[in-house]
Amino acid sequence: MSIFNENSKVIVIGDRDGIPGPAMEECIKTTPAEVVFSATECFV
Amino acid sequence: MDLENQKRVKDLTEKYGAENVVVLIGGAEAESAGLAAETVTAGDPTFAGPLAGVPLGLKVYHAVEPEFKESVDADVYDDQIGMMEMVLDVDAIVEEVSKMRSEYGKY
Repeated sequence: MSIFNENSKVIVIGDRDGIPGPAMEECIKTTPAEVVFSATECFV
Repeated sequence: MDLENQKRVKDLTEKYGAENVVVLIGGAEAESAGLAAETVTAGDPTFAGPLAGVPLGLKVYHAVEPEFKESVDADVYDDQIGMMEMVLDVDAIVEEVSKMRSEYGKY
């Protein structure tokens, strides 16, 4: 079962050393969900 | 999770309703991913940010968790995340994040 539906509002908190925000955004574009905020954190 | 992003999560949850919000994290380490997941479910464990003492209980997933992988297009996933999936300690990340979700998640 998908974790996303047409009502889903997604907050993306990426990591520069892990999975960056834009990579996850591209994946979410293939679902009915909407990205409402995306950031890529840097812990260095 | 940095303080500015905590504020964003809080504001957007008020705007859209906690039941509709999904937080997707991409932390490289199981520990940092677990802390981020804890912050948006139980509240900020460091008691430094806007989510201190605010148990939102949001749905939270890491990008390498099977629930996310199965919810998106497989080819796009492989292109965008496949490489990092091979490098990261997926088992440890899944364990930490799913633990926070089942313990503190409300949705």
